[in-house]
Amino acid sequence: MFQNLGEMLVLLWRTLRALPFAPRQRHKILEQLFEIGNASLLMACVLSLFIGGVLALQTGPTLAERGLAAFVGQIVGLSMCRELAPVMMAVLIAGRIGSAMAAEIGSMTVYQEIDALRTMNINPVHYLVLPRLVAISIALPLLVVFSILVGWTGGALVASANYEIAVSFHGYFNSLRDGITLMDVVNGLLKSLAFAVVIGTVSCHQGFQTIGGPRGIGRSVTKAVVNSLVLILILDYFLTRLLMHVSS
Amino acid sequence: MNTPSPQGISIQVRGLRKSLGGQPVLNGLDFEVRQGEIFVIMGPSGSGKTVLLKHLIGLLDPDEGEILIEGEPIGQPGVMDRHRMAMVFQSGALLSSLNVGDNVGLYLSEHRRKPPAEIARIVAEKLELVGLKGAEQRMPADLSGGMRKRVAIARALVIEPQLIFYDEPTSELDPLIAVTIGEEILRLNRRMQVTSVVVTHDRELAFGIADRIALINDGEIVFIGTPAEVKANPHPLLHQFLTADFNFDTKRHAP
Ligand SMILES: Nc1ncnc2c1ncn2[C@@H]1O[C@H](COP(=O)(O)OP(=O)(O)OP(=O)(O)O)[C@@H](O)[C@H]1O
Ligand SMILES: [Mg+2]
Repeated sequence: MFQNLGEMLVLLWRTLRALPFAPRQRHKILEQLFEIGNASLLMACVLSLFIGGVLALQTGPTLAERGLAAFVGQIVGLSMCRELAPVMMAVLIAGRIGSAMAAEIGSMTVYQEIDALRTMNINPVHYLVLPRLVAISIALPLLVVFSILVGWTGGALVASANYEIAVSFHGYFNSLRDGITLMDVVNGLLKSLAFAVVIGTVSCHQGFQTIGGPRGIGRSVTKAVVNSLVLILILDYFLTRLLMHVSS
Repeated sequence: MNTPSPQGISIQVRGLRKSLGGQPVLNGLDFEVRQGEIFVIMGPSGSGKTVLLKHLIGLLDPDEGEILIEGEPIGQPGVMDRHRMAMVFQSGALLSSLNVGDNVGLYLSEHRRKPPAEIARIVAEKLELVGLKGAEQRMPADLSGGMRKRVAIARALVIEPQLIFYDEPTSELDPLIAVTIGEEILRLNRRMQVTSVVVTHDRELAFGIADRIALINDGEIVFIGTPAEVKANPHPLLHQFLTADFNFDTKRHAP
C-alpha cells in the first residue's frame, strides 16, 4: 500500500492542477453530488442519531452519579463535531462512494474505456478524477455538518428520555452551547475535507491500477475501501495533534 | 487546438520491440505507413497486432526502437496533439455510462469544438452512415457486439482523423454491414486522404481495400507488399494463411 503513496500523491497533484477546469465539468460534479447525497443521506441520518444517542447513554449515567449530568450536552457535542462525525461519515462514504468510484474506474480500465478516452485526447484525470474529487470534497463536509446536528439531537433525545440522566432538551443544548466554539466545528470540517481527499484519491488511483477481469475489479474495490480506512484513521491521529497545536 | 488540414499523415516504425509480462511480443518491427494509404496488417491471433496498434497511437511505450509521426518521435510533447488520430478498438471500448449519442459526440463535446445542436446533427449523420440511424438514446450494454463496433467506428469518424486505426473492424459484423464498413474505409481514404491502418482477419476486406498488406507472425513482419505481390509470394506461412479454408475430412465422420 505505501509504495503506491507516491503515485497517489502524483494523481492528487495532477487533479489539483486541473482544478481551474472544474467549472467545465460542473454537470458531472452535480451528478456526483446527487449520487453521493442519494446514497448516503439516509444512512448518515440513522448512523448519527444512534451515535449521538449511545454517547449520551455511555457518559450520562456516570456524569449524573457525580452530579455532573448538566455536562452531557457538552460531551456529546464536542465528541460529535471533533471526532465522531468526521470519522464515521468518512467511513460511511469510503464504503459507499469510494467503493463505487474504484469499481467504476476499475471497470473502465479493464474494458479499455480509459484507453479510448486517451486516444480521443481526453485526459482521464480531468474527465473522471476531477469531478469525483471535487464532489466528494464538497459533499463530505456538508454531510458532517448534517451528522453533527443529527448526532446532537440523538444525544438530546437519550439524555431527556433516560431516567438516569434526565437532562431536559433545554439544559442539554445550553450546556452544548456553552462548551462548543465555532473552532470545534471548523476543526471537524477540516478533518473531513482531508478525509474526502484521501477517499477520492485512493479510490480513483486504485481504479486506474485495476488489472484482470471482474475479479480484478472486486480486488480493487476491497483495496480502495481498506486502504482509505487505514489512511483515514492514521491521518485522524496526526490531524488531531496538529489541530490541537494550532488552536491552542 | 489548431485545426490541421484533413490530409493523411505518415508513420515510420523503426526497430520496435516490446515485452509484456516478461514475454517478448514485438521483436523488432521496421516498416512505414505512407501518407494517405490503406495499410492492412494481418497475422495469426496473438501475434501482436493489437499491441502494435496501441504503440502506434501512443497508448504503450516501446521498450526499444521508435515511432515517428510525420518524422517526429511520438513521445515528444505536442506531437500527438498536432495530429488528429482515432482508433476503433477491437472490443469497441464505448463508455458504458453514456448513451450511444453521447459516446459518438464525446470528442466534440469534451473539446468544445461545436455547439450542442451541431454536435447532435453530426452524431446523427455518422450513426446513419454506420447503419444505426436513430440509436442515440440506447445504452451500449443493450447493443449487440456488431452494433457496438459500428458505434465505435462512428465515434472515430466524428474526430475527422488524419490517421485512423481499425482493430478488426469487421469481426462480429454480418457480410452486408462488413461491406458497408469496408466501403466507408475506402471512401474516407479516397476523399480526404485519411491514412488508415487496418488490422483484420477478413481476407476479402484486406484484398478489397488494401494498398499494401503486412503479415506479422510472432511479433515479426513476415512480408509487406501490395495485394498482388502478397498473392504471388510463395512464402509458406503466407500461403497457408491466405488459403486456409474449411476442409473437413468427411470420411472421418463416416460410420
Ligand atoms: N497487457 C498484457 N500483458 C501481458 N501480455 C499481453 C498483454 N497484452 C497482450 N499480451 C500478449 O501479447 C500477445 C499479442 O497480443 P495481441 O492482443 O496483440 O494479439 P493480436 O495479434 O491482436 O491477436 P487477435 O487477432 O486475437 O486480436 C499475446 O500473446 C498476449 O498474450
Ligand atoms: Mg487483437
